[in-house]
Amino acid sequence: MSESIAGNDPAGNGAALSAAGEVSHGMQGQKNHEGHHGGHEEHYDPVAGKIGMWLFLFTEVLLFGALFIVFAVYLFEFTWQFRQGSSELNIPMGATNTLILLTSSLTMALSIALLERGRKALATKMLNATLAFAGAFLVIKAFEWGAKFEHHIYPGSEHLLEKTKGEIVFFGLYFVMTGLHALHVIIGMGVILFAKRKMARGEINPERVLFLENTGLYWHLVDLVWIYLFPLFYLIG
Amino acid sequence: MGQPIGASSAIASPETSDYFHAKKGILSWLTTTDHKRIGILYLGSILFFFLFAVGLGVMIRLELFSPGEQFVDSQGYNRILTLHGITMIFLFIIPSVPAVFGNFFLPILIGANDVVFPRLNLASWYFYIFGGLLALGSVSLGGVDTGWTFYVPYSSDTADNVYLPVFAAFILGWSSILTGLNFIATVHRLRAPKMTWFKMPLFVWSLYATSWIQILATPVVGITLLLILLERVLGVGIFDPAKGGDPILYQHLFWIYSHPAVYIMVLPAMGVVSEIIPVFCRKTIFGYKFIALSSLAIAGLGSLVWAHHMFTSGMADTARVIFSLLTFLVAIPSGVKVFNWLATMYKGSIKLDTPFLFALAFIFLFSVGGFTGLIQGALSTDIHIHDTAFIVAHFHYTMFGGGGLMFLAALHYWFPKMFGRMYKKAVAKVAFLFFFVGFNCLYFPLFLAGMAGMPRRYADYPVEYTVYHRFSTVGSWIMVTGILLMLGNLVYAFFKGRRAEKNPWGGATLEWTVPSPPPTHQFATDPDVSRGPYDYSDEVKDE
Repeated sequence: MSESIAGNDPAGNGAALSAAGEVSHGMQGQKNHEGHHGGHEEHYDPVAGKIGMWLFLFTEVLLFGALFIVFAVYLFEFTWQFRQGSSELNIPMGATNTLILLTSSLTMALSIALLERGRKALATKMLNATLAFAGAFLVIKAFEWGAKFEHHIYPGSEHLLEKTKGEIVFFGLYFVMTGLHALHVIIGMGVILFAKRKMARGEINPERVLFLENTGLYWHLVDLVWIYLFPLFYLIG
Repeated sequence: MGQPIGASSAIASPETSDYFHAKKGILSWLTTTDHKRIGILYLGSILFFFLFAVGLGVMIRLELFSPGEQFVDSQGYNRILTLHGITMIFLFIIPSVPAVFGNFFLPILIGANDVVFPRLNLASWYFYIFGGLLALGSVSLGGVDTGWTFYVPYSSDTADNVYLPVFAAFILGWSSILTGLNFIATVHRLRAPKMTWFKMPLFVWSLYATSWIQILATPVVGITLLLILLERVLGVGIFDPAKGGDPILYQHLFWIYSHPAVYIMVLPAMGVVSEIIPVFCRKTIFGYKFIALSSLAIAGLGSLVWAHHMFTSGMADTARVIFSLLTFLVAIPSGVKVFNWLATMYKGSIKLDTPFLFALAFIFLFSVGGFTGLIQGALSTDIHIHDTAFIVAHFHYTMFGGGGLMFLAALHYWFPKMFGRMYKKAVAKVAFLFFFVGFNCLYFPLFLAGMAGMPRRYADYPVEYTVYHRFSTVGSWIMVTGILLMLGNLVYAFFKGRRAEKNPWGGATLEWTVPSPPPTHQFATDPDVSRGPYDYSDEVKDE
């Protein structure tokens, strides 16, 4: 399964997520030592799965981190043009999206907490809610991008190239960074759907919540990135 | 996969129970989750790409044999140069020691039966192969002339197909990240009972430090490469001065990864040296903790020196001085390692076996590479030698004389364990001699040529430089003879070599306590780690 997900996922998120769920059992010094040493088979080790997921999140943070450095450099160089560009973004829409994503993180966390308490039906509903919020986020995002396209503002457009250099860079970064973030939202939705299926089959249950927890960690990261993107792009104007 | 060993066959030949012969057929290899078999998959594919890139290197040397055009024009030369760089860096040196020997031996050295995520491990190999095929595919589309660094604005403007190799590098980066992630989690979770952090072999320490660099540095180059692609497809303008972008920023982002990447290449090699030296000196390693922690120090400091690749690119003088200072600081943990190795040899009972010869050569070649690195780290001298053949000589001494050499060393050190057979030691020593002599003939003249002003990346040169290039090209023939002899000897041993015993070198680390080749499940019970990885005190008492 890990290859098939990884195949259509350039960031390799799926591979880390799904493989983190099933890990081999070697000889842990600490705990979970059940006296058998089947090495090359996948074995449930939630601690290792969590370590793997956190390491993967580090790579995501650095992936976006590099873009934030680029943003910082150009903000320093073109401070006023960035403010000009920022004032053209739609704050109510951005703020709504921020609220939506924050709420979706809440429903995600609730889903894990509910499943751990054995309330599977409600946990599934919370996952559905998370998916719905994620979809709403993307729809609003699409309207925002569409409005920009209508005003002929998109990378490489003639109208954009007539603007100041700072604004060209600002909108270039806007599309790259929010686009990469939206891609992560879409991947996250795929992972949540996958978690839903595993939950329906009972592969995720109150005793084995690792996959759902890792899904939650990933979702919170997507949320966290947006929490930085929103003020940096929308509120500096 | 889940079938217990021994159940498959009643024939009690030793070959039926080891990992290599446990299952038959190509499919059993392509779907394996056994870390040892995945190591072998990497070994085969990495050797293939290595020989491919060596061939390209020989072509470069042949073109430079005489002034003027020999058999390719400048454009063709640039493409050969680029492919040589991409293949050697992304497909050979970066994965070589960690992916082959790390996969095979890291779990054994800490007393585990596998890495913690076996399926992810296999997925990493598929990423590697996919990236490798993309890189090879770029040849069929005419090649790329940007150099392996893909500097903008050239990489966003050139007519050559940059998409494939850039995407290949991106994919290979994820392969590297996933391997690093796996190793860190494995070291944290699967150490045998009583295998404390400071009882781990130093090779494990070096892999641990390397894995952290892989995880923290690679994503930066990943996103940077994506930005090149976006630049080409959409014309975003982040690196295009006409649209307000800054090409120097690309160089910063690129080297933020690619300088730490040189430590990805050399730290595991240093780990191999730390394994080999005590075994052939029959003496405990000197300064264990310092060697272990110096790996982490190199990993940390190495992340803060990237701009020394850009001293002539245009930067504030304050920044240049700081980066120069930090560059000099990296020499300290590197020096700590070298002096500890030398101190280990002092009064040791030295046996000049093949792997030990490699380790000695590493200390010599890496020191030459390291000291010439300081010449470039100094701002004033760097202006003179920047972008000359001096740089080419320097990084071949560190990368090939360091990382590449220790890949071959590890192959000779662990070959009897991996395949259960011993190669002809006399042939291996002769091959090593060819390699060492050829290596120095090949690269040392380039220091002199560079000092005399020979620029790098040129297919042609004035006649004054002929003597350096002739010497260098002849050296490449000697070195390649050595490599082919070396690998031929190993291939012969793989089929016909005499059976190797469990512990042919008398090592004290855990891999020597399991059969050669190891069974699929190497540890049926928890291994005894009371001896310690470098404890030879019993043998001293016997004498």
